[in-house]
Amino acid sequence: MTTALEKTSANASQAASREEAAALLPPVDVVENAAGITLFADLPGVPKEKLVVEVEGDTLTIAGEVQLDLPAGIESQHAEVSLPRYRRAFTLSKELDREKISAEFNHGVLKLIIPKVAFAQPRKIGIRIE
Amino acid sequence: MFYRSLFPRDLFAELDRLQRSIEQALDLSPSIRGSFRGGFPALNVGTTPQAVEIYAFAPGIDPAKLDVEIEKGVLTIAGERSSSLPTDDEKATVHMAERFAGRFRRVITLPDDVDTQAVSAKYRHGVLHIHVPRKEAAMPRRISIE
Repeated sequence: MTTALEKTSANASQAASREEAAALLPPVDVVENAAGITLFADLPGVPKEKLVVEVEGDTLTIAGEVQLDLPAGIESQHAEVSLPRYRRAFTLSKELDREKISAEFNHGVLKLIIPKVAFAQPRKIGIRIE
Repeated sequence: MFYRSLFPRDLFAELDRLQRSIEQALDLSPSIRGSFRGGFPALNVGTTPQAVEIYAFAPGIDPAKLDVEIEKGVLTIAGERSSSLPTDDEKATVHMAERFAGRFRRVITLPDDVDTQAVSAKYRHGVLHIHVPRKEAAMPRRISIE
């Protein structure tokens, strides 16, 4: 009983740490053509080393932390960007090739190119003998 | 053409619209320049005893095409952002188009005690940071007692 409870709370804290605090949704453009999908996302204020693009299962997550060189003792008068982080997730469909996603990040704009799987490509199926 | 469902697809956009309508209805004397929110670029403004710091979140713009001007105590940020959406590819489908494209212009009133001759601006990671120092006379001073 206790172990089960501990397990749930451990799972919950794990989930909480992955979900983290509230974040802004970056605006995106998503365009599809025969070759694949191109995604543009606006992440102003995020340096390259604070940008995270990851694919876990079918979920593509884009996250970034804003770093502004704020002078000491600054008092906010007006804030339209009210949180210092962005996060947004998308569900990928099976024809998209997760292994070949390429990314560019320039002046706060992320460009992701997600190609489609080449179905024509011969695939080798490994046979395991038990 | 967008067919609206009984339950809105983009619930947060609908809530945002509702919130704006309520704000407009309740604010009997809004600023002459209207509601701040929702413009491009998004602006954050902060102050220190020495300066006013303005952060304009304008990603993906060539800094040479950004125009910052101060006239009569009003700071203007203007420029243009080109669209990333394809115009010539017939086989392309646009699934989402949320990013701003086109010409923009935003205006901020500056306080009276700033030195408009000493303004500096820099563009980094898609954020334009404008530093507007206060006049020497307006800065806090410690007065020694004899």
